[in-house]
Amino acid sequence: MAAAAGGCLLAADFWAPDPAAAQGRSPGKLKVIASFSILGDLVKNVGGDRLEVATLVGANGNAHVYAPSPADARKVADAAVVFVNGLGFEGWLDRLVKASGTKAAIIVATKGIEPLARAGEHDHGRSDPHAWQSIANARIYVANIRDALIAIDAAGKAYYEANAAAYLAKLDALERDVRDTIARIPSERRRVVTSHDAFGYFESAYGIHFTAPQGVSTEAEASARDVAAIISAIRQQKAAAVFLENITDPRLVRQIASETGAKIGGVLYSDALTDATGDATTYIDLIRHNVGQLASALAS
Amino acid sequence: MPYDFFVAPFAEFEFMRRALAGALALALGAGPIGVFLMLRRMSLVGDAMAHAILPGAAVGFLLSGLNLFAMTAGGLIAGFVVALLTGLVARATELKEDAALATFYLLSLALGVTIVSVKGTNVDLLHVLFGNVLALDDQTLLLIAANASISLLVLALIYRPLVLECVDPGFMRSVSRAGGPAHLAFLALVVINLVSGFHALGTLLAVGIMMLPAAIGRFWARDITLMIAIATASGIAAGYAGLLLSFHVGVASGPAIILVAGALYVISLLFGRVGGLLRQLFPGRHLEA
Repeated sequence: MAAAAGGCLLAADFWAPDPAAAQGRSPGKLKVIASFSILGDLVKNVGGDRLEVATLVGANGNAHVYAPSPADARKVADAAVVFVNGLGFEGWLDRLVKASGTKAAIIVATKGIEPLARAGEHDHGRSDPHAWQSIANARIYVANIRDALIAIDAAGKAYYEANAAAYLAKLDALERDVRDTIARIPSERRRVVTSHDAFGYFESAYGIHFTAPQGVSTEAEASARDVAAIISAIRQQKAAAVFLENITDPRLVRQIASETGAKIGGVLYSDALTDATGDATTYIDLIRHNVGQLASALAS
Repeated sequence: MPYDFFVAPFAEFEFMRRALAGALALALGAGPIGVFLMLRRMSLVGDAMAHAILPGAAVGFLLSGLNLFAMTAGGLIAGFVVALLTGLVARATELKEDAALATFYLLSLALGVTIVSVKGTNVDLLHVLFGNVLALDDQTLLLIAANASISLLVLALIYRPLVLECVDPGFMRSVSRAGGPAHLAFLALVVINLVSGFHALGTLLAVGIMMLPAAIGRFWARDITLMIAIATASGIAAGYAGLLLSFHVGVASGPAIILVAGALYVISLLFGRVGGLLRQLFPGRHLEA
């Protein structure tokens, strides 16, 4: 048994010569899971070196339609804490937790957040899970993460509190920048059509109006109905810009732009961070990227 | 409201009008071409040529993205090369024309997929394989309309030798030497119509708007002129109804157009005046009078 474990460690050292990665397997660290990459980034910022953070839905992944693998069940079984977003974001998680038989504490990071109703959906009464799109909510996430970590690992109380305070200060600076940037956009141009219905919290916090035409969430080839819905939405809202990450055909995007006169924006990241090659590898980068995209598309 | 259902989508949205104009031009050129292909038992040649065009379009795409000129030029070059090589091999060797075409188009297709896989992504390949009738800009519309016009003019010029060769190739060879050039010109028309179709529908579905209307025409007319008229009309009807279907039901437009043409084909197959299945089952009345 010990020999086998030693062999594993040896193999890990051999394949991951990076000292940080090798240390990551040391037993001293608290193993925690975050359900998706944005939450994982917040947990890392609070937990720092005392944690070994794994995410279930990684960078660029879509947590809405994620299918957990057996490896995920093993990760959950080994974890001391599982951080989840809640508000119905990870519909697959309950079954995964049950199947893994884990004794981990399940911490809902959105606890205490005032949920918004899901926009533009038939099932009224369900809440919009994309709460992290407002920085004020991210502060609540951070406080919840800090408190949960202290409850599990009291020895690190001072460390977690210091990390959380430092990160909260960064979030304050971020929020000031976001508000400054948006204040420079003329108020009649703060109207955007997107193909992804994920910016309700951003809208209510920062006053940029988002519309997502119903039924246009498909990643398959857009039908005439989809295109007509997008164009109607742009006309009705008098939207100044349109963000169409789901439509991959550049010819179609050009056609929509020329028919409506709306500016075509780049990509807005909603549910996941990008991998190391992208430009939203952390939560703060993600918000900065989105606001930058909005500002450049909406500038008159 | 019939107006809301049948007219409003086109009145309200420019992209729908463009799509309709594109589908109309496409049907005008492809209808007669398809009829001649069918009558000369070359129905599958269109499919083979569509595959042959792919590598040219792929090279154009890789060199300059979704650029109309580059993809058109690439497609035309690849199509003409395959058509010419096929003709040469068929005339110079023992290999028959169908076998020669099969070898060249398969090589061309394999080359195209290889080129895309070396440099592009799957998403890119899908754009090349499936055009988008909803995204026709001015240039593309002009190209499709120009191709349709050229096709109709050239067809008018080579109509007689072409018809003769369909009906009695032996007689044609004995009275005139126009058969060879007419055949080559006809193959060139097949290629330019497929290139048109591939901008609007993609390389694979472009053949559909060519061959399905032709088969529909065959079930309603014995006379070649009427057959062409019916084929063209059913191509136009399929384009219009397919766009309406895509608009109201929300299915992808290109496949919707071809599926409507397919539905018209099935109706013709069953009820067609000339050799339709029901006609064959109940032929009685013809003999009375």
